[in-house]
Amino acid sequence: MLTFKNIIAVIIVSCALLPLPVTSQAAESKLRNLQDWLYDNHQTELNGFVEMRAGVRTNRELDEKDLSIGEARLQLDLSKVMDWGTLKLKTDLVGDTVDETAIADLRELNLLFSPLDNMDVKVGRQVLTWGTGDLLFINDLFPKDWVSFFIGRDDEYLKAPSDAIKTSLFFDTANIDFVYMPTFNNSNYIDGSRLSYWNPILGRNAGRDFVFDDNQRNSFDEDDSAAMRISKNISGVEYALYGYYGFWSTPKGLDPVAMRLTYPGLAVYGGSVRATLLGGIGNFEFGYYDSLDDQDGDNPLLPNSEFRAMTGFERELGQNLTGSVQYYMEWKQDYDEYETFLPAGMKKDDEYRSLLTLRITKLLKNQTLRLSAFAYYSPTDNDSYLRAKAHYKVTDQWAVEAGGNIFLGADDHTFFGQFEDNTNIFAGLRRSF
Amino acid sequence: MKRTISLTAVLLSALLFLAAPLMASETLTGDEIVTRANNAAYYAGNDGRSNVTMTITDSQKRTRNNEFAILRRDSADGGDQQFYVYFERPSDIRKMAFMVHKHIDRDDDRWLYLPSLDLVKRIAASDKRTSFVGSNFFYEDVSGRGLDEDVHELIETTDSQYVVKNTPKDLASVEFSSYTVRIDRKTFMPVYAEYLDKNGVKYREVEALTIENIDGHPTVTKSRVRDLASGGETVSEFKDIKYDIGLKEDIFTERYLRRPPREVRSRR
Repeated sequence: MLTFKNIIAVIIVSCALLPLPVTSQAAESKLRNLQDWLYDNHQTELNGFVEMRAGVRTNRELDEKDLSIGEARLQLDLSKVMDWGTLKLKTDLVGDTVDETAIADLRELNLLFSPLDNMDVKVGRQVLTWGTGDLLFINDLFPKDWVSFFIGRDDEYLKAPSDAIKTSLFFDTANIDFVYMPTFNNSNYIDGSRLSYWNPILGRNAGRDFVFDDNQRNSFDEDDSAAMRISKNISGVEYALYGYYGFWSTPKGLDPVAMRLTYPGLAVYGGSVRATLLGGIGNFEFGYYDSLDDQDGDNPLLPNSEFRAMTGFERELGQNLTGSVQYYMEWKQDYDEYETFLPAGMKKDDEYRSLLTLRITKLLKNQTLRLSAFAYYSPTDNDSYLRAKAHYKVTDQWAVEAGGNIFLGADDHTFFGQFEDNTNIFAGLRRSF
Repeated sequence: MKRTISLTAVLLSALLFLAAPLMASETLTGDEIVTRANNAAYYAGNDGRSNVTMTITDSQKRTRNNEFAILRRDSADGGDQQFYVYFERPSDIRKMAFMVHKHIDRDDDRWLYLPSLDLVKRIAASDKRTSFVGSNFFYEDVSGRGLDEDVHELIETTDSQYVVKNTPKDLASVEFSSYTVRIDRKTFMPVYAEYLDKNGVKYREVEALTIENIDGHPTVTKSRVRDLASGGETVSEFKDIKYDIGLKEDIFTERYLRRPPREVRSRR
């Protein structure tokens, strides 16, 4: 559990941030002066935060560290608004005691401009999101950071940035967004280095004893991907059609020779609708996942094509109390072939996988205290994942939060069940400026 | 002398004659007064912008500040409206954008844009008497309350004000039993409102502290809401107010949630 070494690590992180809590009036005004100077002389806005965050596993058995997260983070967010466009730079400097690294993580560096009245272009590193699900994604194939999501980093880090050109055209008939990514941007998947997972080769859960590497797709020639959305809002009802051509965003394939995970080809076609309904918001979304490298579904090393759909409803249940439910399903399209060609001894997926989610959010103390719980439950996999968090804004600048990521499963190989050993609790302290 | 008198008589009778229709208009009903007050307070010009600083003081006298720019466009006076709110402070909500399509005949549509996730989130909006961004103002105080939701009764007319009592038709949908508004007779601006709870005890008051004439429209430039039950209060100050700046309807669409329009910016 909590070893002496880990406690030391947390203390080191805390010390790195010590200059922060003692922010005197003088330091405060120096920062304000710098912000004003940048704005007055360079029309550039500077904002950001300093944060420390630590968390531990509550029930570790596998080969992982007890510390699930332990980091000090400085985010600098610079933006310059000009007559013809907006330049944005957002970067995180992170001291990580779990990985024992210090890195600069460039989250955004992009230029947004409008070459035509009805056209916006955003070029560079950017975070991209569309679709109607709440922490469920069908037509949003943009990269996610599942490690951040599971260890209790701020929600912002669920989205990994893309290096892309996004062109948006706005017409009376409909709006069109086209995103081109010259090289593929994969999601940060669970590889065993920080979080343990089900390893189908070993036939057991693994951690640092088997870090599953991937074959990166970074060739400019052949590893580009593209996504498109056509959308229209007709008196409050939002309709959208989507298309994607690229690769599975997590490495669903296996190269048995190199013993590495791969990103097989994928095309997705889908649609969504979202509108007010019964005093709340209702949504429906579907997508057909065409597994381009295994269209017959007979290659056990590659994923089957799938049909995915979800529907959700959110509404206020009382003052400052919101609840939502979602139902989500995946349906393997070539299940017979999948069953036929699955190597003996491999755990078999069901033809259908379904998921229910429930969210409850309560705001208290003039909306400065936010209590939230988000639960995933799969009746088909018989596993679940609970995200619970309390976030308190002590002042306009200071915030504290604490929470937990709890995984439960009847089996070791199911989607959430495989992460049981990663169940963790965390706490964070942030000073925004 | 005689001529002078007759001239005075003529002038007097002319004045009386002219005053007659004015006096008739003085006998406005509660409904008419509230309709005019609603137009004066929420529909000045065809559109407008303002920068708002909200100082929220809780019962323990701790203060917080929200700063945002707000854009408004009217589809028609007394009719549907669109609002766009662009947050500047505190810094954890900076650059978030909030958009409302206010409908008279159905629930409003609301969206919130979270820039760090590039997420356009649709928000359930059934309860309009919920705090607006943690302040003592409700959504309804910002965008107006539906005129058909209350029975309006003129209970007093003073030299300068109408006093209108408003009783909700659906008592269960609100936390008050009635509220009384004082409305300026010249400008039809509501200047003071007090709310009674279900026991008939005053627990909330909203007050226009400063009203200025901007581009020919009487405009509240400072207002305060007090929560007498909790002891908290919020003061809003409005700056850089402009009317009829030609806001197009397409500003109030997803495009501009993801890319704030230039109209939200003013001198810092």
